Amino acid sequence: MTINTLAKGGWHRDQMACFRKMEKVIVAMQDPDMGMKMRNQRLLITVIPHAMTGRDVINWLMQKYNMCEEEALHLGGMLVRYGYIYPLKEPRSLVLRADESPYRFQTPYFWTSTRWPATELDYAIYLAKKNIRKQGELMEYEKERYSVLHKRINHTWDFVVMQAREQLRASKQRRKADRIVLECQEQAYWLINRPPPGAYNILDMGLERPNNFSTRVTLNSDYYKREIEFCRRALGRNRVKSSICLEGFVKYSEQYLSHDPIMQGCLPSNPWISDDTAHWTMNTEVVPIPSRLRVERWSFSFMELLNDAMGRREFMTYLEKEFSAENLCFWQACEDIRHGENSRIVEKVEEVYKNFLAPGAARWVNIDSKTMDKTLKGIQHPHRFVMDDAQMHIYFLMKKDSFPRYLKSDLYKNMLAKAIVPQEVKKSVFPFMRRQRHSSPSPAQAVAQASEEEGRA
Amino acid sequence: MACQGLQKGETLASLKTESDGLKKKLEVERGKLNDVELHQVAEKTEVLGALSIKTRRVLKGHGAKVLCMDWCKDKRRLVSSSQVRTSTDLWTREHGVSLPCTWVMACAYAPSGCAVACGGLDNKCSVIPLSLDKDENLAAKKKSVAMHTNYVSGCTFTNSDMQMLTSSGDGTCALWDVESGQLLQSFHGHTADVLSLDLAPSETGNTFVSGGCDRKANVWDMRSGQNIQSFESHESDINCVKYYPSGDAFASASDDATCRFYDLRADREVAVYQKDSIVFGASTVDFSLSGRLLFAGYNDYTINAWDVLKGNRVSILFGHENRVSRVKLSPDGTAICSASWDNTLRIWA
Repeated sequence: MTINTLAKGGWHRDQMACFRKMEKVIVAMQDPDMGMKMRNQRLLITVIPHAMTGRDVINWLMQKYNMCEEEALHLGGMLVRYGYIYPLKEPRSLVLRADESPYRFQTPYFWTSTRWPATELDYAIYLAKKNIRKQGELMEYEKERYSVLHKRINHTWDFVVMQAREQLRASKQRRKADRIVLECQEQAYWLINRPPPGAYNILDMGLERPNNFSTRVTLNSDYYKREIEFCRRALGRNRVKSSICLEGFVKYSEQYLSHDPIMQGCLPSNPWISDDTAHWTMNTEVVPIPSRLRVERWSFSFMELLNDAMGRREFMTYLEKEFSAENLCFWQACEDIRHGENSRIVEKVEEVYKNFLAPGAARWVNIDSKTMDKTLKGIQHPHRFVMDDAQMHIYFLMKKDSFPRYLKSDLYKNMLAKAIVPQEVKKSVFPFMRRQRHSSPSPAQAVAQASEEEGRA
Repeated sequence: MACQGLQKGETLASLKTESDGLKKKLEVERGKLNDVELHQVAEKTEVLGALSIKTRRVLKGHGAKVLCMDWCKDKRRLVSSSQVRTSTDLWTREHGVSLPCTWVMACAYAPSGCAVACGGLDNKCSVIPLSLDKDENLAAKKKSVAMHTNYVSGCTFTNSDMQMLTSSGDGTCALWDVESGQLLQSFHGHTADVLSLDLAPSETGNTFVSGGCDRKANVWDMRSGQNIQSFESHESDINCVKYYPSGDAFASASDDATCRFYDLRADREVAVYQKDSIVFGASTVDFSLSGRLLFAGYNDYTINAWDVLKGNRVSILFGHENRVSRVKLSPDGTAICSASWDNTLRIWA
C-alpha cells in the first residue's frame, strides 16, 4: 500500500491545475488596466507601497466575476489561505477581512507552486536566519523544529549557518521598507508550508493517488486489441437523436417537479425544517390511506409502481381479480434468485420450476415456447441468471398489458380519489418566533387551485 | 490475463494507430445525431429562483475528517465513516463502531437497514450487522466480504443485502456474494484507480457506472462484466459519478473543477457545469428528486447547486470549514446531507 504523505514530498498532480487557476486570478488582479488599484499603506512608521485593503479585494472580485459579497469573501479568503495574498497587519492570521486591513500580493518566487516541495534545507536556513536576527527568541514550536533539523541534517549545518548569515547580510543592504516586505513574504510562505502545530494545514491533500497510467495496466497489444474491440462494438451501437433524449429530461423534470421537496416543498411540511415528522408518518411503507402524490406517482411508470410496497400490493390485488397474479409472483421469485445468496440459488430455482414452469404447475406462467425451452434447458445447470429471459418476458407482459389496464381500473381510481392531500401546517411554536415551513413556495396553493378548477369543470 | 501476442504484420504502433483512428471515428458518429443542445431545449422551462436552502442540522461526533456517508431507506438514519489518526469511527446515529483501519473511504447502508458495509485502506470491504443493543461489540461481528489489491474507494449494495458492488484503487470494480464472500464478477477496463461507482435505477437493474483517475466514466453490464459505454471528456480525475433519477443519464464530478452530464441514449456529454470563479475540484455530486437540480461538493468547502437543464448555477451553500467529501440526497428527497473534512456532517433543506 503506497501512501505518500505530503511530508514525504508526494504532490497531488491535479492540485497543480488548481494552483494555476488561482494564479490566473491573481495575475488578472494585478493587470495594469483591469486589475486592482493599489496604493501605499502605512505600517507603523514605514510606508509600504503596492498594497490594497481587504475591501478592495472583495470589491474587485465581486465586479470581475459578478458575484455576491459572501462568495467574493470566500474566494478571496482562499487566495489568502493559499498564500497568494498575505496580510500586513497580524501576519499570522491568514484570513481575508472585509475592511481596511492592508494586504499585499505574494511574489511569485514565494508561491507554493513555484518551489515545491519546500525543502528541509530551506526551512533550516529560514529558522537559522530568524534565530540570529531575534537572538534566540524563536517561538516554542520553531525552537523545537530547529533542534530537530539540527540533529537531522547536522552534516550540512555549516552550510545552513553560512547561507543564513549571507542572506542576512544582503538584506541589511536593502531599504527598510523592502526588508520588511521580504520578511513578510518569507514568513507568509513558511506559515503555509510549515504551519504551526494545531494550525490549519491548507496543503493537506489527503491520500496520494498513484494515478500512474502504466502501473495499473501495461499498454501492450492486449490492451490495444481490447480498445479496438470496444470501439468496433460502440460504432455499431444504436444512438438516439439528441432532440429526443434531451426532451426526455425536460419532461421527466416537469413530471416530478411537484414531488421534489427541495424544489417545491412537501406537505404538511418538510420535517427537517419544521421538526414535525408528520410527513414521514404519512408516507411510511404501509399506511391505511396513502397520499395523493404517492398514488399519482404509481402512474408515472411501471417501475414506480413496483418500487413502492403499497403499490405492488395494490397491483397484486388487481391481478388476482384478473387471474394473472402468478405473473407478479413469478417476477418476484426471479428477483429473489438474482439478488439472493449464492448458496440458495439451486433450491430457489427448483421452487420456481415447481410452482411456475412445470407442466400442470399450480401457478403456471404463460411464456412463449422458445423462451420456455431455453429456460427449461438452462435449469438443468442452474445459475443466477437462468431465469432472466423468462423474467423479462413476464415483466414486459405486465408492463404493456396489465399495468395500463390497472391505471384505468376502478381499483386505482378509487385509491386516487380516497388519497390524502395533507394540509400545509403553519403553526408556530412561539408567537414571536416565525419558522419557515418550506424551502420554496407552498404547493398547497397549487393543489387548491387545481381542485378549484376541477370544481368548476 | 496471458498476452495474446502480436499477429503477423502487427506492431504495437500499428495497433495504437488503429485504436486511435477508431476512437476518432466514434467521436464523429456520436456527433452525427447531435441536432440540438440541452440549454436550447431547456429554454422553454422556467428560470429557477434562488433556493432558500439552509443548514438544518450539524452532526458532530467524528473526531476526524468525514470521508463518506450514506442514508438508510428509513429516510432518517445515516452511516458515515471517517479517518482518525489511529482508528476509524463508523457512525450510525445510534452506534459508534471503531474499526482497526485508517481512511474508511466508502460506506453504505444495506437496503434492509440491518447492516452497513465499509471499506478503505485495508483493501477490503466488510459488512457489519447492526443491532439495537448499544452495548454489543459490533466491531467483533464485522465480516470481510470484498478483497481487492488496493484501497476500496466505493461500495454499494445492489437490490438486496446479499450482493455488494465495490470499486477500488486497483483499477477494477467487483460484484460479491455477501454471504460467502465469493467474487461473482469483476470489471476490468479502467487504466487507473477507480474512485466511484453508482448503480443504475433501471427496470432490469443490470448496469452501473464507474469513474476514475483515468478520466473515464464507464458503464458496465453486471451480468457479463463487459464495458458497454465509455466517456472520456474530463480533463482530470473523476471523483464521483451519479445516475440521473430516470437512469437515462449520469453526472460526474472532477478535479478539473467541472461537473458534466452524460446522456446514455445519445451516447455523449450534453452539459458542462463550470464557472471561471470555481477553481477547486469537485469531489461529489447528487441530483434532487426530480433531477432538475445537481448538488456538487467542492474542495473549496462549498456546495454549488446547478440547474441541470439550463446549465447555470442556482445557489452556493457555505458552511463547511474544509473540503466537502460527499453529498447525498435523502431517500425521499427532503434533504441533502454533506460530509466534510471539517469533521462534521450537515443536513440541508
